[in-house]
Amino acid sequence: MTSQPQVAQSTPLAERHANLGARLIEFGGWLMPVQYGSIIEEHRAVREAVGLFDLSHMGELFVEGPDAGEALAAALVTDPPALAEGRAHYSMICAADGGVLDDLIVYRLGEARYLVVANASNALVVSDTLAERLVGRKAVLDDGTLATGLIAIQGPRSIDVLRPLTDIDLDALRYYAIVEGHVAGMPALVARTGYTGEDGFEVFVDWDKAPALWDALLPAVRDAGGLPVGLGARDTLRLEAGMPLYGNELDSTTNPFEAGLGRVVKLSKAGDFVGRVALEKAAQAPLARTLVGLVMEGRGIARHGYPVYAAERRTGVVTSGTQSPSLGSPIAMAYVAPGDAEPGTILEVEIRQQRVPARVVALPFYRRRNSRADG
Amino acid sequence: MVPTDLRYTKDHEWVRLDGDEATVGITAYAADQLGDIVFVELPDVGRTLDQFATFGVVESVKAVSDLFAPLAGEVSAANEELAANPELVNSDPYGAGWMLRIRAADVSQLDELLDPEAYDALVEAG
Repeated sequence: MTSQPQVAQSTPLAERHANLGARLIEFGGWLMPVQYGSIIEEHRAVREAVGLFDLSHMGELFVEGPDAGEALAAALVTDPPALAEGRAHYSMICAADGGVLDDLIVYRLGEARYLVVANASNALVVSDTLAERLVGRKAVLDDGTLATGLIAIQGPRSIDVLRPLTDIDLDALRYYAIVEGHVAGMPALVARTGYTGEDGFEVFVDWDKAPALWDALLPAVRDAGGLPVGLGARDTLRLEAGMPLYGNELDSTTNPFEAGLGRVVKLSKAGDFVGRVALEKAAQAPLARTLVGLVMEGRGIARHGYPVYAAERRTGVVTSGTQSPSLGSPIAMAYVAPGDAEPGTILEVEIRQQRVPARVVALPFYRRRNSRADG
Repeated sequence: MVPTDLRYTKDHEWVRLDGDEATVGITAYAADQLGDIVFVELPDVGRTLDQFATFGVVESVKAVSDLFAPLAGEVSAANEELAANPELVNSDPYGAGWMLRIRAADVSQLDELLDPEAYDALVEAG
């Protein structure tokens, strides 16, 4: 077992957040800004212009060595050696029973060097589990979480904000690609990835450099009509984009197929990997439950944990819900019985002892215009 | 400084008494703490409330909070504007963002509420 830190960690940008008047919450063992002003305005800034996010709480795990790729392929559900250098993919680390320990982004930085980005709340578990799974292989795990600052620039104007500040050819940087260069004169890894449903970039720098990077980016973001954005809007943005949040849609009792992430699991890859037997079985078996999108048809907001009914039968439970700033109506994700998952089906969510009708819809709730085709 | 013509609950509701008709809402401090208010659930007209009973719910993007009746009585009106424009609670908490009118059963219950100075002190103490 891994012991959790007793006191919430501060990111290198804690002083910046305080000066901006951010409201702080503890999240995944870190003290993080939930909002600087209005969550809805921050959400809209990302949809319409650009938002700046401190993501320094995320776990950055560097895996390097001649066996790094092969070792990651044995540890994760994806096949990292199949990535070209400078490309990335969404992945998961599962337990032997197929349950999801975390969802991840894996970047191939070089021939034998990878970066695995884990959720803050799971970073220690992922680090420890990966370390165990690397034993006996020619690969070294370097947990860079406390040495790495991560700042995201997300939204349609993110490229305009970043372009004048970097020597990287951003127009040549494809979706789910990463490249080494400089931002505001600082050595950085710049990835075209994000968690908002918009175009955007994630910039990894040394921990100590993060404040100077933030100071260079924030005025440019404001000039482009953008705002600093906290975890509150990060959650509404990812929910509209139909992206799972570990702890809500995913946990160690969820298998990837139920979560609609079966395509991520590369059962066709050569070699064994942790969870293969269980996941091969799960891929063949009928689903016990499946993740759906719900749009509320009556009044009320469905929240995490609220029960979902199909007539008198309890069919499932809400995993995440909010008022959607983009749609102007309440939306939710829920696990329901597969027979109740067809888009158009009317279900009911129990909100404070009242049944409120909700329509099943295909995910995502929101898709940006001019979506890049190369994702 | 909060409006001086109102009384307050510890749970951040305000009440304005006019004869035996009480108008109820939540304070600017509460609205600010909640953030963007996106949903307000209010009782039907005619429902009888006990003092400090839950009368409804206010939801921000992030959170759900109960609303408590400052005075006992019968609900004589609920602000129907809030169904379409819940953000009025943020923009005008003491005016257009009002929530309920209650026909007060016992106006002496007002003495059990906080006066403006006491409510200010509560907010100052965080």
